[in-house]
Amino acid sequence: MSTIDNKVPHGKPLKDTWTSYKDKVDLVNPANKRNLDIIVVGTGLAGGSAAATLAEQGYNVKAFCYQDSPRRAHSIAAQGGINAAKNYQGDGDSTYRLFYDTVKGGDYRSREANVHRLAEVSANIIDQCVAQGVPFARDYGGLLDNRSFGGVLVSRTFYAKGQTGQQLLLGAYSAMNRQIARGKITMYNRHEMLDVVIVDGKARGIITRNIVTGEIDRHSAHAVVLGTGGYGNVFFLSTNAMGSNVTAGWKAHKRGAYFANPCYTQIHPTCIPRSGDYQSKLTLMSESLRNDGRIWVPGRKEDVDAIRNGSLKPTQIAEENRDYYLERRYPAFGNLVPRDVASRAAKERCDAGFGVNATGEAVYLDFASAIVRYGKEQATIKGEKNASESRIKELGKDIVKAKYGNLFDMYKQITDDNPYETPMMIYPAVHYTMGGIWVDYNLMTTIPGCYAIGEANFSDHGANRLGASALMQGLADGYFVLPYTIGAYLSYDIRTGPISTDSPEFEAAEKEVTKNMEFFVNNKGTNSVDYYHKKLGNIMWEKCGMSRNEKGLNEAIDEIAALREDFWKNVSVPGYANELNPELEKAGRVADFLELGELFAKDALDRNESCGGHFREESVEVGGPQDGEAKRDDKNYAYVSAWEYKGKPSEAVLHKEQLEFKEIELKQRSYK
Amino acid sequence: MKDMNLTLKIWRQKGANDKGKMIDYQVAGISEHMSFLEMMDVLNEQLINSGDSPVAFDHDCREGICGSCSMFINGEAHGPVKGTTTCQLHMRSFKDGDTIYIEPFRAKAFPVLKDLVVDRSSFDRIQRSGGFISVNTSGNTQDANALPIPKQDADLAMDAAACIGCGACVATCKNSSAMLFVGAKISQYALLPQGQVESKTRAQNMVAQMDAEGFGNCTNTGACEVECPKGIDLSNIARMNREFLGGSLKG
Repeated sequence: MSTIDNKVPHGKPLKDTWTSYKDKVDLVNPANKRNLDIIVVGTGLAGGSAAATLAEQGYNVKAFCYQDSPRRAHSIAAQGGINAAKNYQGDGDSTYRLFYDTVKGGDYRSREANVHRLAEVSANIIDQCVAQGVPFARDYGGLLDNRSFGGVLVSRTFYAKGQTGQQLLLGAYSAMNRQIARGKITMYNRHEMLDVVIVDGKARGIITRNIVTGEIDRHSAHAVVLGTGGYGNVFFLSTNAMGSNVTAGWKAHKRGAYFANPCYTQIHPTCIPRSGDYQSKLTLMSESLRNDGRIWVPGRKEDVDAIRNGSLKPTQIAEENRDYYLERRYPAFGNLVPRDVASRAAKERCDAGFGVNATGEAVYLDFASAIVRYGKEQATIKGEKNASESRIKELGKDIVKAKYGNLFDMYKQITDDNPYETPMMIYPAVHYTMGGIWVDYNLMTTIPGCYAIGEANFSDHGANRLGASALMQGLADGYFVLPYTIGAYLSYDIRTGPISTDSPEFEAAEKEVTKNMEFFVNNKGTNSVDYYHKKLGNIMWEKCGMSRNEKGLNEAIDEIAALREDFWKNVSVPGYANELNPELEKAGRVADFLELGELFAKDALDRNESCGGHFREESVEVGGPQDGEAKRDDKNYAYVSAWEYKGKPSEAVLHKEQLEFKEIELKQRSYK
Repeated sequence: MKDMNLTLKIWRQKGANDKGKMIDYQVAGISEHMSFLEMMDVLNEQLINSGDSPVAFDHDCREGICGSCSMFINGEAHGPVKGTTTCQLHMRSFKDGDTIYIEPFRAKAFPVLKDLVVDRSSFDRIQRSGGFISVNTSGNTQDANALPIPKQDADLAMDAAACIGCGACVATCKNSSAMLFVGAKISQYALLPQGQVESKTRAQNMVAQMDAEGFGNCTNTGACEVECPKGIDLSNIARMNREFLGGSLKG
């Protein structure tokens, strides 16, 4: 086991580190930028913003996405908002506080210097997006509005209805479009990256498959940037898009990029529960709902039974017979505890038999008291002193509708229940992966010239991400961090000239990809790709999900390895390699998930502590006020696990990046 | 409600240059809680297991926001429920024994690539012709609150910006007009002070590209508004025309 250098500049106080870095970093002169090519894979918030900014700076950018348009990357589905330390509300926010909240929310498993930089540039993101025409919500004075989000005590979240991700992504897409029109970005829609090509130890290009024609192509560049998102779909069911995958990151891993903290997964507490075995994905209900919704289950078992057999409605259960378990257990933060805490608390109640739907895996999220509270406020504003109860509810519903209307509509569309009249049912689901490709302070992976940004990397969220911070990180990396740090690398490449795609390295990589595609369509096995994906998802959810233990993880490792072996023998992919073939695309992705899943379990097994989204049953507090809560072990586990590929997941070698905390004192997270 | 048995009549077309036709399929045991695309998953699993080729269709987020899914279902873009994308359409909108017609979005500017998958890159090209504000992403713009924007304008801009670029408006329009799509983007920027600087030239350029792509003209039928899953309204077309006219007069 070795330690790795994170390249964080030393010698300056943390608050001056990034400024000082920018002052001294090597720059590439504009005339030379014209001679440098950069490949950006993925066009979500990170990839899209990076492509646009690098092109503006003068580099030649080639951008790739598997979707039919860069505007459809899954960042688009983020609902709630984006954090920024603007302190427009004057409620005590600051760069330091955003930094502190993010490190604490990540359960002290993130890199201080990266997080501080993130907090520093957060305010710029909002300025930038407003200038691009992103229609953030505003108050009646015309200024920007904020809402609060889980795990923090200030209102720093900017939002555009419940479609903040969409609006930010369309902003980045518009910036890309401007550069595509100028010829500075060459856009490849419906192209999937299937390998990264290393020449003389440096990332010099990628191999792609044209999803429409099946053509395998070589693309060269002086640097390769992966903004390819998270790997939550290793669980089969998640809130990710159907196409979201780990393939780009995993191929880079197999070529030498260390994979960091694969077991850090965020299981989001407020998703629509599963309704049957045919379920293809899960839908998130924005965490912002927890600002006004109260989470509860019945306090009495007989009420649970009556609810499940349909003889009782939740609205008929009296206040005193409801268990608002988050308010009960965490009086200081109540319904706004961080996501990992809220998810585990829901699982605890459902495991105890208090789940409120047929599967026993659902809790209520109730807006009745918010509707009355807002209704009374509105009645006062409108001078309706003697407003009736129904009038108050009517006024209150209008406010709730204005705030969350589209989310309520979405819920009704999916479940056929009206959340204005009856509480929503929710349950945790896999949502985000904090783990990802290991990167240094420059966002470079362990492959020189290969960068990872946004959810694809591991750096900023530690073991748990706070709400509204994913959008912040994606745009921070793409607009404001990478454009500086990549110059430091490329400044040594100004005399290199164009990279040829005729080298043996490109040829070998292309051959391997082609061989793989041919294998799948010729295998003529007995089971569909989904058959394997669902089995993998089941192992992951049962044994590497919200709660993990040594026995289960060991079983998961064996079961996944066996499943992978079976997959390579018996998978069936219809059609041909040289046509639009969605099953073939899935096969390649699932093959990589089957390797990642094993590494995931191995990583979870190594980390015998509970931190953030990673909960080990062996590591809990016993006795005292924190009885039963997750127990972190800073003495033995205050490190980043960076795994090196050695032929197969079971042989992966662990490298440790020891985490240093200079500004923040490590404490047990308490939301009580 | 008990599970449903359905007859599906689906457009099958091997490739962009092949001839396509409607083919019948039977699916059984469909739950009312399934989404329409989950029903398609069931069909595809059935086809794969019997050695047939599965139906290709575009889809990704399956939560109604990415705009990937399309499909003309029983003669309507995204099917029978208003304000809904195909992925958010649920089988409770159908009943046991129904025959469902499933076709791709059809328009000259949306050529079929395979089965139900169409090429909507014409939309991207329209956006590239002017769907942006010409500001660099330096982060050194003015403070976000330096310029107050009336809430009503910001809200209207947001309503226009809610377009997901799915193309239902085009598919449903008898003229295959893209004016609702283009009008929405032009409106979003025209309503915001940041976007007003280039508003007139933007309208000119985007409309020119829209015409070049082969989209038809608007004859005020309003079908686009009815079928739009995001409720983009016709006033956006009126605003586009105003901006366009303003740009023409300016010369």
